[in-house]
Order: sequence, then C-alpha cells, then structure tokens
Amino acid sequence: MSFEWIKIPYALLTLFIVANYGFLLTAVMAKIAARVGRRHGIPVWQNYLDLIKNYGLRSSITHGVMFYMGPVFRLTGGVGLLMFVPTLYGTEMFSNMSFAGDLILALYFVFFGSLGMALGAGESGHPYSAIGVTRGLSQVTAAELPFALAVYAVAVQYQTLSVTEIVAAQQGGILQWTLFTNPIAVAAAMLSFLGTMMRPPFDVVLAPQEIPIGPPTEYHSSYLALMQTNRAIFPIAKIVIYMNLFFGGAASWPAFFLKVFLIYLVSVIVGVVFPRFRVEQSIRWFLIWAVPLGVIAIMIA
Amino acid sequence: MTQTNEDLLDDDLIEHAPVKEELRRRLVKGPDGVEFEVEPLRDYYCEAPPTVMPAAYSKIIEGLFNWARAESLWILGFGTGCGAIEMRPLMTPRFDAYRYGIQWRPTPRQSNLFVISGYLSVKTLKRVIRSYEQMPNPKYVVGLGSCTINGGMYFDSYNTITRLDEYLPVDVYITGCMPRPEALLAGFEELKRIVRAGKGEGANQYAERFDWYKANQKRVIHDWDMPDYNW
Repeated sequence: MSFEWIKIPYALLTLFIVANYGFLLTAVMAKIAARVGRRHGIPVWQNYLDLIKNYGLRSSITHGVMFYMGPVFRLTGGVGLLMFVPTLYGTEMFSNMSFAGDLILALYFVFFGSLGMALGAGESGHPYSAIGVTRGLSQVTAAELPFALAVYAVAVQYQTLSVTEIVAAQQGGILQWTLFTNPIAVAAAMLSFLGTMMRPPFDVVLAPQEIPIGPPTEYHSSYLALMQTNRAIFPIAKIVIYMNLFFGGAASWPAFFLKVFLIYLVSVIVGVVFPRFRVEQSIRWFLIWAVPLGVIAIMIA
Repeated sequence: MTQTNEDLLDDDLIEHAPVKEELRRRLVKGPDGVEFEVEPLRDYYCEAPPTVMPAAYSKIIEGLFNWARAESLWILGFGTGCGAIEMRPLMTPRFDAYRYGIQWRPTPRQSNLFVISGYLSVKTLKRVIRSYEQMPNPKYVVGLGSCTINGGMYFDSYNTITRLDEYLPVDVYITGCMPRPEALLAGFEELKRIVRAGKGEGANQYAERFDWYKANQKRVIHDWDMPDYNW
C-alpha cells in the first residue's frame, strides 16, 4: 500500500475546519445553556479571545516533564481521534488516514487524552488535581464501558472494524442508519455520550463549583490554551465517530455541521435539565442503565 | 547524622520568630527507612523574586495581546469582604457580565483579574498576597468599594488595612459602599480601556517595587510565616 502525501495537507485542512467549528460550536452551546438560564452568555468569538490571551500571558511555570506532556497528550488524543476516522464519507479529501481497523484505534484514542491528562495533572502536585483525576478516570471508565459494548455490537452487526465500511452500509435512506437498524446499541452509546461530554449531570470532574476546578487546577497560559484547543476539537472528533457509527455519517460539510450540532445538542439539552451527579451516583447510573443496554445489544447481535 | 530535630528547630527560630510547626525545617523518615531533611519554605515554594517581564517584541503583536487581554478578563473567585455579594448579580441574568468577556475562574493560575471586594482584614491580606503572586504575569487588581481606598467605615479598625495600593498595585478603584453592579461594570469597562492602551502593567510595577511592597506588607502582617514570594 503506497502512502499518498497529499493526505497530509488534506488532513490539516480537516483539522483547521473542525477546530474553528469547534470553537464556534462550544461558544454557541454555552450561549444556548445561558439562554436557558435567561442570560445572554459569552459572545460567540469569546473562545478565540481567551485563546489569544492565554498564549499572550508572559509568565508560566512548569512542574516537570509530565506537566508539559499532559496537555500535549490531551491534544494528541483529540487530533488523533479526528485523523483516523473519515470526517466526510465518500470524499478522498476528508477521509483522512482512515484504514481497515480504525474502529479499535478510535476507541483507544478516546481514552488516550484522559490518561495523558491524568499523568500531567498528577505531576502538578495540587491535591485538587489528584482528586479530579481520580473522579474523572473512574467516571470516564464507567461511561466508556457501554460505548465499547455498543461499538462491538455495531461491528458484529456489520461484520467489519472499518468505520468507512460501517458508514457505507448505512447509506440509502434514513432507515438504514444504525439508529433504526440497531436502536439498543445506539441507546447505550448515547447514554455513554452524555457521560463523556463533560456537561451536567456528569461534569463533577471539571465543575468550578465543586473542587475548583479539578485536573487543570494548576494549568495556565499556553498549557491551558492547548487544553482549550482540545476542548474544541475533541468533542467534535467524538461526535464524528458517533455520527459515522450510528447516524449515517455525512457526505458534505453542511450535513456534517448540522449532524454534529444536533448530536452535541443532545448532551446540552440533558445538561440544562438535570442537576449534577456525584461520581458514585454517575458510575452507578452507568452500570444500572447503560451497561445492560450494551450487553443486550451484544447478545442480539 | 548527629543533628537532632531540636537543633534544626533552634536554627530556624533565630531567623523568623513565629514560624508554624509544620513549616519548620525537620528530619523526616521516609517509608523506605531513609531519613532526610525537609525545609518546607524552601522545598515546597518557589522563592525567586518576581522579575519585570517585557512586552512582546512587536508592537502589533502586543496590541493584539492587549486587546485579547482586555476582552477576556478572568476574575479570581475570591471574595475578600462584603463586596463579594455584588459579584452574584453580575454572574446571573440581571447583569450577566459574561456578555462583556468577564468570566470567573476558581484558581489563581488561570485568572488575570483580582477584585478586592471590600474591606481587607490583615488576616485576609496574607491570603490575598499569596493568591495575587500566583497569578500569571499580566494581572490586574480592581479595588471595590470605599474600604480599599481609605478604609471606609473601617478607617480606624485595628485589623483592617486602609489603603490597598500600599500592598498591591491597583489598576482601578470603584467607589461606593456598596457600589452597585452597574458601577462594577463601568469599572470593568474602564479597566478594559486601560489594558487596551497597554497601561495595565501592575505585575511589572509589583516586580519593580517589590521591596517597597514587601516592606509595607510585612509592616502590617506580624505572623509572616510564608516565603517572601509564593509563585
């Protein structure tokens, strides 16, 4: 198999579009959540300003090598996730580096960032970081379980581990989507989705009102800017996987923007309605409601 | 090692008189049985004094940064006095300061604006100094209410400071007792103008006149049991 060098600028273009869309989308979602509270919320360009400001801070300190690497790993998790799944189905330009077994790699990348962050935040030595990391890893692990089960159910259903082939199998009408052909797996995955989006009711890890502010307590200036960039890219990358696996993928940018927006909106709507769970409550919730659904999905498949 | 714990303590006592027990130099036995010396003030804190940090090399870049700094003010969520109550209406629908790029952060490392909200007792001043010093370099201080200007109704109190700018470089004062949230918003807009003009250099001023500020701080804080700089 020969490598097409043109894929690299194409992938960078994808990354550029997704990053900018992510910045705008997270701000729009913050505005929507603010409107629910009858506020107007941040301007849509606020994320860019925060980013420039954080890069423009003059002093920064480090707590060691892993403190540097934490945000880098986090960003690698987001970018890697995006790079190894096809962003737009059926285009040479935006299929990125997808390959036959990319589904397993994607599952790995979803978790990669959290682990890198755990190492980095651990080295900062702040007790709140340690507590935040403990809470975050336990919650994310519990939330990943139903997602992994759902992914395997889907892989068994389509008899492939390639995201591209799974998308291809869903073409030809809305009723071909996994959402309708395998609703139980999608239900399990969407419950898990709520848990990994860092929004209420599952945002006890990062919530400023709880232990302030969890893992990134000691992060500032450029480190924080890297993590902000990841907060724009990573949710989109994760939603791309969901879109490809369960919602028929997207064949053009407008369809992509619309589907990503709607899937993101699910977590926002749930978030503004339900109050925050404590970690043990959320783990119990995942084990009671989401994991059985995943197991049933596997058994049916 | 022949030195005992008591000897080490005596050494330390000569330098600063009232050092807390847990901050004193001591011998610690690790879980692997190796004894080692711990000096919390030197080992756990960075003691290097602050330095003046130059602006970006290019004027255009610095202008861009100043604009972004002005439009992205992150307030440290530390209410020092009764004025902190005025922050809540700013966060909530009535006044909603988020519209103006003003957000609250729970940790000093991520915030660049310190709102000293009202009277500052000497005990709180100590914590304020530590928090202020932990904030990254372009940082701004807003004195809220009359108490930060001349002591206000606490002008003759024995444990309250009267002039904030003797202890920290202040960018903007907002007068009143209490100032309304509208006054705060006006103050923040004034601060934005200052920052955009490149005059929000409180952190560098603090570094330049570090000795003067430290002398003033130590004059009122009698139980000084922390390093001179807590970065």
